[in-house]
Amino acid sequence: MSEAHAPLVAALADDALIYAQRLGEWISRAPQIEEDMALGNIGLDLLGRARSLYGLLGSLDGTGRGEDDYAYWRDEREFRHVHLVEQPRHDFGFEIVRLLLVSSLDVERCAALASSADVELAGVASKAVTESRYHRDHARLWALRLGDGTDESHRRMVAALERVAPYVAELFEDTAVEVAAVDAGVGVLPSTLRAGVLGFVEDVLAEATLEGVPSSRRRSRGGREGLHSEACGYLLAEMQHLARSHPGATW
Amino acid sequence: MVMTRVAVDEVRERVGAVTDPEIPTLSIADLGIVRGVEADEAAGAVRVRITPTYSGCPAMEVIARDIVDAAAAAGWDASVEIVHSPPWTTDWLTERGRAALAELDIAPPGPRATGASGPVPVTIGRAPHTASVEPVACPRCGSADTELLARFGTTACKALHRCRACGDPFDEFKAV
Repeated sequence: MSEAHAPLVAALADDALIYAQRLGEWISRAPQIEEDMALGNIGLDLLGRARSLYGLLGSLDGTGRGEDDYAYWRDEREFRHVHLVEQPRHDFGFEIVRLLLVSSLDVERCAALASSADVELAGVASKAVTESRYHRDHARLWALRLGDGTDESHRRMVAALERVAPYVAELFEDTAVEVAAVDAGVGVLPSTLRAGVLGFVEDVLAEATLEGVPSSRRRSRGGREGLHSEACGYLLAEMQHLARSHPGATW
Repeated sequence: MVMTRVAVDEVRERVGAVTDPEIPTLSIADLGIVRGVEADEAAGAVRVRITPTYSGCPAMEVIARDIVDAAAAAGWDASVEIVHSPPWTTDWLTERGRAALAELDIAPPGPRATGASGPVPVTIGRAPHTASVEPVACPRCGSADTELLARFGTTACKALHRCRACGDPFDEFKAV
């Protein structure tokens, strides 16, 4: 028997796992070694969060699966993350803008889930709030430095905002996944988080002498239903190939 | 060889005495992550519940293994369960735990900035929202004249600082 909020837990776990994978790509590629550590550490927090959530998911969806089953043995259409987190790594400015958005969303979303009727989910969420607040601070400090920095860094930040724009609306869409969880008394509707998340982001951008996230004619959709962009398949191929080439291998 | 099984209180103590693999002077009891040790004397089994410090802390697996080994050496079969609620915060560190950190020249965590559901702290200027309110004292020379070098340090739970007085870099156990 699957609980009504199992898809929500899957969505939260997949958002965390896929972004952790993208952040891990920065190790050895960031502008300075402290930043390799920082983005790597943030990814590690997200990976840990995903692992805790997959641990809960195995009993919620009634399949008894473990974290490795979810991470390595599902195909693209079974992943429920939003499109923003799967987009390919671009320049550092893009990553800071993406991190600012994702961590701001996580702060608000996890704060709401910290009072969830599912106490184990609430426990994972309330730990995540303090961690995400730290991640958000990191993104904020970089956004200020880059936005209000040199002409080149400012230009890159403007370009980064244009690049993330098509993926922002999806973050606040109330899909069947969230609605079912809210009906079961466990979740939160993303649309109710919009003002808080974008309010924080816009304040940071204004302080960084940047205009807000521009509107976009293109908008991503479908991540929560398992419909992904081209980038997802390549990401999964890299993440999953070792486990699939050597099934059952452990260390 | 027949293993002698120690008393319940003794196995509880030995489980709590397992140390953090990254911070070998710090026991998991003093770290505050042991949430329960329930013994079934008839079966010689003990169930240990622990909670993660940071979500991504890779030491949890090593700690779980060390608990099983410590119990086995005491003649007990241990199973380890990871619980998430209520979440661990640095407030769970005992005074002895804080002293153990200082012994390794790691600055113990300061007071936490906010609770999980508290308001977003407001700061003037561009200081980080989550930074400690008070300066972090150098664990070597005690000077408060220190600067933050990197907010993400050698492990998930630490930030890197430098003491302007004695010139040494040091880790701070971040308050969460």
